[in-house]
Amino acid sequence: MKRLYAKMFGLAIIWFSRFITAVRGFWKGVEPGDAVTIYFANHTSNGDFILLWTVLPPHIRRRTRPVAAADYWLTSKLKSFIGREVINALLIDRNPETRTLDPVEQMLEALDADESLIIFPEGLRNSSDEKILPFRPGIYHLADKRPDVRLVPVWIENLNRVLPKGEIIPIPFICTVTFGEPIALKPGEDKRNFLDRAQNAVLALGPGEGIIP
Amino acid sequence: MTGYHAKLMALLVGVLIILTVASAIGSLLSARPRDKASRAVIDNLNARINAWWVMAILLGLAFWMGRSGVILLFGICSFAALREFVTLTNARRADHWMLAAVFYVVLPIQYILIWTDWHGFFTIFIPVYVFLGLPILSVIRGESGNFLIRVAEVQWAAMVTIYCISYVPALLSLQIPGYEGQNVLLIAFLIIVVQASDVLQYIWGKLTGKTRIAPRLSPSKTVEGFVGGVLSATLLGTALWWITPFAIWQAGIMAMIISLMGFFGGLVMSAIKRDRGVKDWGDVIAGHGGFIDRLDSVIFAAPVFFHLTHYWWGA
Repeated sequence: MKRLYAKMFGLAIIWFSRFITAVRGFWKGVEPGDAVTIYFANHTSNGDFILLWTVLPPHIRRRTRPVAAADYWLTSKLKSFIGREVINALLIDRNPETRTLDPVEQMLEALDADESLIIFPEGLRNSSDEKILPFRPGIYHLADKRPDVRLVPVWIENLNRVLPKGEIIPIPFICTVTFGEPIALKPGEDKRNFLDRAQNAVLALGPGEGIIP
Repeated sequence: MTGYHAKLMALLVGVLIILTVASAIGSLLSARPRDKASRAVIDNLNARINAWWVMAILLGLAFWMGRSGVILLFGICSFAALREFVTLTNARRADHWMLAAVFYVVLPIQYILIWTDWHGFFTIFIPVYVFLGLPILSVIRGESGNFLIRVAEVQWAAMVTIYCISYVPALLSLQIPGYEGQNVLLIAFLIIVVQASDVLQYIWGKLTGKTRIAPRLSPSKTVEGFVGGVLSATLLGTALWWITPFAIWQAGIMAMIISLMGFFGGLVMSAIKRDRGVKDWGDVIAGHGGFIDRLDSVIFAAPVFFHLTHYWWGA
C-alpha cells in the first residue's frame, strides 16, 4: 500500500512540475543510457532534482537516486516519506562531527549496486549572483574510485525564478534541463584541475545562446 | 438550427479534406531522396502538418463540448502563452507577487467573466483594474530598480496572453439578431482565416518569396508571401460568407482585416523575440515552436474582429 501511495505521489510531483515549468530535457553530446551514471548539476532550488528526475526516461528514473541532505529531508514526517519512499533519495549527513557514515562511501555503495546518482557538487543552494559556486571535492573522489562510471554534467535553467528562496507560491516559468558530454578524470590530473573542469562543463551548458535553447 | 449543424459539418469535412491532402503531399515529399537542407524543411513541414491535426482535433472537441469546452481550451492556451511570455521578461524575485496575481487571480477571473457573460466588465477588467493594480502591487514590494520596464512587461503579458486571447471565446457571448446559437461559427471563421493566412503566407513565401519585408525582424517574411497570403486568405474568407452573419463583400472585408491584423501581430511578436535573442517562444508544439508562435496572429486579430462585429452587427 505504501508503495502504491509513493508511486502516485511521485507521479503527482512529476505532473505538477510539468504544469508549472513545461520542463524539457535536452541531450547534447550524450544519450540517456542504461550505464551507471552520476549526473552532476547546478543547484539553485530545492526542486532541482525533481526537475532533473522528471525529464529522465522512466526506466532510467527508477534506478536514479538524488543525493540529499539528511538534515533537510528527515525533519518532518511528510518530508521523510517523500525523501525515502517517493524519490528514494540517498540521504547523507552533512555534518562531519556527528555523522557515522562517510558520504563518499555511501555513494560508492549505491553505484556498486547499479544505481545512478544525482549530485549537486556546489554543496548548497546557490542564491548568490554568481552563476555557479566552486565545487566540493566529493565528485573528484567518486571519479577517482569508479573510473568507469559516466559523469554527466547537467544545467538546470530558470527554476530559481519559479520559487525564489522565501516564497511559497510557485510561479510558472519555462524551465530546461540540459545534459552534456560526459567527462572523466585524466591520468595524473590533480583535484583542483578536475574540479574546475567539472564546474566549467556544467557552466558551458548554461544560457548564452538565448534563454530557451 | 439544422442549418447550423449542416454548416458545422460542412466545415469539419472541409478541414478534414485539406489536412488529409496536406498529409498526403507531406509524405510524398518526404519519400523522395533530397539534400540535407530541403530534408530539414520537409521534416519541419510534416511536423507542422501533424501539429495541425492535433490542433484541429482539440478545437473540434471544444466545439463539440460547447461553451465550457471553448472557454477551457482558450484558458489553457492563455496559461501556456503567459508562461512563455514571462519566461522572456526581466521579472525577478521582486515581481513575485505581481506574477502570482496575474497567473492565479487575473487569468481565472477574466475567463470566469467570459463564462458568466459579464460583457461590460470583461472588456475593461484588465485594461483598467489590472493595469492600475499591478504597479500598486509592485510598489508595495518596494523595489524601484527598472520599475517601469518590469511593470510594463507584466502588463504586456496580461494584455497579450490573457486579454487578447480571451476575445476568442468571448465571441460566443455576442448577441447578433438572426444568428442566435451559431456563434461557434464566428470562432471557426476567425481561426480558419487567421491560420490560413499564416499558412498561405508561408506557402507563397516559400514558392515565390524574394523581397524580405522586415529583414531585421523576421527573415522568413517576404512581400510576395505577405501579398499572396493576405489576398488568398481574403478570398477564402469571402468564400466562407455562408457561415457568418455577414454579406459576401462584408465577409471579404472582415477576412482582410483579420489577415492584416494577424500579419502585424506576427511581426510585433517577432520583434519581441528578436529583442530577447530567441527564435521561438517555446518548443511545446512540434515544428511550430511555442503557443505564442501559433497564437501571435490570433492575439492581434481577435479583439478587433470582436469589436467590429459587435459594433455593426451586435444587438
